[in-house]
Amino acid sequence: MLRMHDVSKIYRTDLIETYALRKFSLEVAEGEFVAVTGPSGSGKTTFLNVAGLLEDFDAGSYELEGTDVRRLSDDARSRLRNERIGFIFQSFNLIPDLNVYDNVDVPLRYRRLTAADRDERINSALELVGLASRMKHMPAQLSGGQQQRVAIARAIAGDPAFLLADEPTGNLDSLMSRQVMDLLEQINEMGTTILLVTHDPELARRAQRNVHLIDGQISDFRAYEPRAAAVQAAAPGASGAPGSAFA
Amino acid sequence: MLGYYTRLALKSFGRNPGLTTLMVLAIALGIAVCIMTLTVYHAMSGNPIWWKNDRLYAVTMDNWDPNQPWRPDWTGPPPQMTYKDSQYLFSSNIPERKVVMYSVDGVISGVGSAAPERVSTRLTSADFFAMFEVPFLYGNGWSASADRPAQPVIVLSREENEKLFGGSNSVGRTLRWNDHEFRVIGVLDEWFPRPKYYDLNGGNFAPPDKAYIPQQWGIDLALLNNEDTDCWRAEKVDNYKEFIASDCVWQQMWVELPDAASRERMQSLIDGYWAEQHKAGRFPRARDNRLTNVAQWLRDNKVVDNDNRVLVGLAFAFLALCLINTVGLLLAKFLNGATITGVRRALGASRRQIFVQHLVEVGAVSVVGAALGLLLATLGLAAVHHLYAAAHLGQRGGYQELTHFDVVGVVWAVILAVAATVAAGLYPAWRIGQLPPAVYLKSQ
Repeated sequence: MLRMHDVSKIYRTDLIETYALRKFSLEVAEGEFVAVTGPSGSGKTTFLNVAGLLEDFDAGSYELEGTDVRRLSDDARSRLRNERIGFIFQSFNLIPDLNVYDNVDVPLRYRRLTAADRDERINSALELVGLASRMKHMPAQLSGGQQQRVAIARAIAGDPAFLLADEPTGNLDSLMSRQVMDLLEQINEMGTTILLVTHDPELARRAQRNVHLIDGQISDFRAYEPRAAAVQAAAPGASGAPGSAFA
Repeated sequence: MLGYYTRLALKSFGRNPGLTTLMVLAIALGIAVCIMTLTVYHAMSGNPIWWKNDRLYAVTMDNWDPNQPWRPDWTGPPPQMTYKDSQYLFSSNIPERKVVMYSVDGVISGVGSAAPERVSTRLTSADFFAMFEVPFLYGNGWSASADRPAQPVIVLSREENEKLFGGSNSVGRTLRWNDHEFRVIGVLDEWFPRPKYYDLNGGNFAPPDKAYIPQQWGIDLALLNNEDTDCWRAEKVDNYKEFIASDCVWQQMWVELPDAASRERMQSLIDGYWAEQHKAGRFPRARDNRLTNVAQWLRDNKVVDNDNRVLVGLAFAFLALCLINTVGLLLAKFLNGATITGVRRALGASRRQIFVQHLVEVGAVSVVGAALGLLLATLGLAAVHHLYAAAHLGQRGGYQELTHFDVVGVVWAVILAVAATVAAGLYPAWRIGQLPPAVYLKSQ
């Protein structure tokens, strides 16, 4: 599903060059739940932005579902983000003057679906996250955990193949964090591939595979669950050996 | 999607009410100033009979003092003619229609219990009404046979007819004009050409006269012009007979010439007459006999002076300034919402969709700004009306009549407002979609 090879992302100023990603390589198979960990400044968010086509990269190659993303126009990238990728952010990023229903509706609007189709998807997504009764609520009327669940509903309403979560529990207490992780596991079990960025090793352990970044490079790789190991063994290029993300 | 974007635009207004208000006010002010200035300029410089511009001609001959011009800032012949010159040319059959005229103060009395009233009266010839396409409410003008000998027939303005006869059909009724009995043969409908091109002496935007009678009455009763009379030659003028024989200019003359051939013939006639008179010792200046169409007539008489043109230029400059200000405000407003835009981009909105969304918002601002601008322009023009009303107390016409919109003007004003604002919003709408989404999301 996702194949990055020797991807580098450099931030340049007049004085210095900073490698946010340095010859980064990773393969993620369909249906995997991969956690990306690392200290602050290790390149986790940059990796997620590149994976989610929110940022370009300076070297290497990136194929998403077999498509070389470097050759895509802005319209094509936007379409890919809209139809195949869902985003979950640390600070929820709900639009404050839209209610819950309209927030979940946002990505669907850019797909030119019929009103009936959109309505069905929104209702299903909100049912899944347990917020069907709060459709008319504004984000400010919800708790942090509820807001994040709305964000998750927004991310999955379009039935994406791929979910990117950047510290989704970073602003939540432990109880709400567990609820969110339960939800993500449930979504993964339904077949959606998930890339989770987190600094919390406990949360990372709930994923099938952990990739540890330091200074823009993978320093460690391990699987945490037998289920994950089975997925690894079945996935092409996956080795499970520490220090590499693929065979 | 247009409905969706419009809904988003309205929500965006609520998110930044202060900025939105500033933008709307900036646009409205610029538009209002432009509309007001254009309306006044249009009223002051328009040709009220533009469809006859190549048929109607003011006749002038330069009989003035060889040592100085008629006015210090004037080149060309005086705008009026002497009596004898106008009478000679009036006898020609070349023009399809012809008019000689001047204005006097008459007194109307003998209508019921109405007190005698001084009224501005135009002494003119029969073709006046057809030539200048003056509309009639009742009756019509007199025929050429009533010009000489002058018949006691009178045409009233609508306003005067309302005052004397309550607005009813007064054709056939009689009144006394300067103590002579006249019969009403026609009542004009609403007629207020702006500017008053056929006689600019009493002011470019003076109201039309209240009564019209055959010109010979003025000669028979030895009536003097109540507007400009200019003389330069030191000649004996002790009585009316000597006055009308003098080189004083006080008569207006207009002719209607349907084609180039008749214009040529008329010009030849005037030039031939000039040559004769020049040989006899008149017309000491170089020959300058003119047939001037209405548009050129208005330019020659500086109906719209440079100040007005400069004012129009300044009005547009002010509008440009307001729009530049609006561009800045739009940029500030859009960048203020950059995070939300970044979220939309992350969720799949393309640059084009972001551009269109923001352009719809700009369009909504422009419509509101245009509407407010029209309202401000209406109030502003009403203020102009009020300002100049004192100069025409109790009278219709004058500057009051300058200050009205016409439908075409309003439509163009709205189009101008919306187009100008959308043009101003193109850059901010484009700019907001250009930054990579990750930049906005990092600001969280």
